[in-house]
Amino acid sequence: MRTAISPLVMRQPRSVRDALRMLRDDGPLTPMAGCTDLYVGLNFGTLGDRRFLDIWGLDELRGIEVRGDVLRLGALTTYAEIIRSADVRRRLPMLAAASREIGAVQIQNRGTIGGNIANGSPAGDALPVLAAADALVELRGIEWTRRVPFTDFYTGYRASVRRPDELITAVEFPRVAGRQWFRKVGTRAAQSISKVVMAAVRADRPRIAFGSVAPTVVRVRRTEDALAAGASVEEAQRVLQEEISPIDDIRSTVAYRREVAARLLAQFWSVTR
Amino acid sequence: MKRAQRPIAFTLNGKRVSLRVHPMTRLLDVLREECGLTGTKEGCGEGECGACTVLVDGQAVNSCLVPVAQVAGAKVVTIEGLKGRHPLQRAFAEHGGAQCGICTPGMIMAAAALGPRPTLGQVRTGLAGNICRCTGYEGIYRAIKKAESRSKKPEARRQETAPTIAPSKARTPNPESRIPKAGTQRAR
Repeated sequence: MRTAISPLVMRQPRSVRDALRMLRDDGPLTPMAGCTDLYVGLNFGTLGDRRFLDIWGLDELRGIEVRGDVLRLGALTTYAEIIRSADVRRRLPMLAAASREIGAVQIQNRGTIGGNIANGSPAGDALPVLAAADALVELRGIEWTRRVPFTDFYTGYRASVRRPDELITAVEFPRVAGRQWFRKVGTRAAQSISKVVMAAVRADRPRIAFGSVAPTVVRVRRTEDALAAGASVEEAQRVLQEEISPIDDIRSTVAYRREVAARLLAQFWSVTR
Repeated sequence: MKRAQRPIAFTLNGKRVSLRVHPMTRLLDVLREECGLTGTKEGCGEGECGACTVLVDGQAVNSCLVPVAQVAGAKVVTIEGLKGRHPLQRAFAEHGGAQCGICTPGMIMAAAALGPRPTLGQVRTGLAGNICRCTGYEGIYRAIKKAESRSKKPEARRQETAPTIAPSKARTPNPESRIPKAGTQRAR
């Protein structure tokens, strides 16, 4: 491991309230939970953060529950728990599908939905699902709780509206009407990071989100509008190209990503017809 | 590790251990360097290859991605915990499941985490996070299948597969920071 451990600081709060107090009075602290990305950064020596808040033990932030029309996942809910949940499989099958393709068993046992949101990777595989489902992110500070639409959560590449003294405590999904669809394109089903990832809902007004094609996960609302207004798939694909801004990187290229995004859109539209 | 650290206690292969190490030390390094258990291998160090797979409260995890503080109060089982007598270990040796050997401890631990009588599909999914560059995987899948048929009854298989662990007497100094039990899920 390239990062020396000894200068690092880890705080271990006993409760969410304790954690929020530490964030306010003793920050900056980077919350850590499943560590599935954090230790990759430490291993490569690319992580700048040196002070951490270990929230893995805060059971208050675990669990999946249905409250009326809302499916609520505590921030520490792991992908393995999502996959096993009958409530998620019934109400949000696209989230179960996405979770099955995140890493493999070892990662699914540790990685959390809150961590996926907080990490803010444009390639985060669960994130297009949150965007397409119009999820709300619950943020708690020492004296407040607020809910932010997931589609307003990111302000730029790995930047979000979360204040340094706030924790992501849950994500809430309203009932999703329409047929759900998820597809990840990577080098293989397990372990690989997406080249392009898409989640969508087929309804009168379709809801379509992509990952790995812009600095953040994106809802492609003009493409949705076009399809809702009866445009052909070819027309919608042209609109889509204006809404995404993929880059060349170690995993893929602009040309490949544009082509695959267009084809995924067409596939979604034909299989959910 | 210069400053005095609070000891971190957990159950390792059925024995209680208590260590003064930096809480962010990787579980992998604690196992290999503090506990002398070098059966757990470091492959990639980034959660891609599965060579460092161990069981924490019965669940397969990459020990290169787990800070030791997060196993306080938990039950950790490494390849050494199978004591060389596990049916999977014999089957891997007999059926070409091991060649160079680097991936083997992780493969066996990932296989040990599977439920009784896994289907080939479950084996493929359960081992998707473990990379082998020698065997082409077929020998590994064959070994897991043979280890299965070696035990006569599903009950016997279950007992042998889930490594037997003495009940933990470990108590962390801070009960709030204890790692929750594997698979806890409160769907209300």
